[in-house]
Amino acid sequence: MRPDVVIIGAGIVGACCAWSCARAGLAVTVIDRGPVAGGTTGAGEGNILVSDKEPGPELDLALLSRAAWAALGDEIGGPCELDAKGGLVVAARQETLDHLISFAESQRAHGVIAEHVAAADLSQHEPHISPDLAGGVYYPQDMQVQPMLAAAHLLDAARRQYGARVMTNVEVLGIDRDAEGSVTGVRTSQGVIDTRYVINAAGTWGGDVAALAGVHVPILPRRGFILVTEPLPPLIRHKVYAADYVANVASDSAGLETSAVVEGTHSGTVLIGASRERVGFDRTLDWSVVQRLAAQAIEIFPVLAGVSLLRTYGGFRPYCPDHLPVIGPDPRAPGLLHACGHEGAGIGLAAATGDLIAESIVGDPTSIDLAPFSPARFEVAHV
Amino acid sequence: MSEVAFTFDGEPMRADKGQTIAAALMAHDIVSWRTTRFGDRPRGILCGIGACYDCLLTLNGEPNVRACVTRVEAGDDVRHQDGVGR
Repeated sequence: MRPDVVIIGAGIVGACCAWSCARAGLAVTVIDRGPVAGGTTGAGEGNILVSDKEPGPELDLALLSRAAWAALGDEIGGPCELDAKGGLVVAARQETLDHLISFAESQRAHGVIAEHVAAADLSQHEPHISPDLAGGVYYPQDMQVQPMLAAAHLLDAARRQYGARVMTNVEVLGIDRDAEGSVTGVRTSQGVIDTRYVINAAGTWGGDVAALAGVHVPILPRRGFILVTEPLPPLIRHKVYAADYVANVASDSAGLETSAVVEGTHSGTVLIGASRERVGFDRTLDWSVVQRLAAQAIEIFPVLAGVSLLRTYGGFRPYCPDHLPVIGPDPRAPGLLHACGHEGAGIGLAAATGDLIAESIVGDPTSIDLAPFSPARFEVAHV
Repeated sequence: MSEVAFTFDGEPMRADKGQTIAAALMAHDIVSWRTTRFGDRPRGILCGIGACYDCLLTLNGEPNVRACVTRVEAGDDVRHQDGVGR
């Protein structure tokens, strides 16, 4: 059967697009050159954060997506380890804390719930937290999900409930367009699939998929490593991270930046992120990154000093020069929509991205204005 | 070959010097020395080369030691491990 929509990418964004489009009544086929969640998603930590977003289009998207994730949790049940655990951002020094508090104040005006936590009260939120911190801000809306489980369960639900088709280990070789420039189909390693709409959900490789359709989308890789500890009894309740993380996320520096993001998981391991460096597609593990992240995590949770690391994993966060994702129809190639370039926030922003893509295709008004995320913005920049 | 004495859950045992803890336990027909965090299922050697972390046990009070890549030493207090071991 000819699908209405071909989604390129079986990561969390592709899975959310598949779920939202299928539920809207569209016939959906998802294609990935590898396995489910084998690229950008599998290298992620599972953050669904509003706390690290400054006021602006990305915060609006994050709040929308947080609500969409909560709804997904109700619809597809518990196997994705979706956990509305809340986030605790901490500052080691008074100066950093002052910045954090005024940052939280600006977020509050846009719908973020943020509660100042005095140094003496931090241990009520996290019993094992360092006594040497200046204070923090608690963000009850922050959530966590196991991104690979979520992608797999969403695709499975789309397939079983709505007849979506999922093709893994199939490579897209080309995107065909007619004389008017409209998308007509996708050429794959297993033949041509005729379709009216193609969704580029290829994460870090979204620029390559756009190029197959003859359009330019500037998506670049930013490398990040995450450390995994041995399984522990429950020690850490929330997503806990250093206030410097927000500054690092927004940074334009090419050099190595690290700021600890620490959280427990359902399986008992503790995850320690997050490093950021622009080194192209080089996957080589850098021991200085491991050392820095581990030291920063121990500064927040001294109890981790006696814990062993089991392994590290890493991958690439897809970013655009303006650090905003690319979401919506591409006016240069009618029928092509992009859903990529979410940088380190792709898991969190995926749920709303799927809804917005489905709204765009069926012609509903979108829940938020897509202009800031439009692929057309890169053309304007060239003039 | 010289031998070393160790204990497993308090039981005195002997091993060839240089053997891994896993090899020494298996030589005593002990093939499972851990139960899983979820479901209490028995575990012993799986990969045998340090990669899978299935053969964990508690060595001299330290949990999560890989039996397959850790040599047994004289006087070692080797204990089975339940769940996270702490």
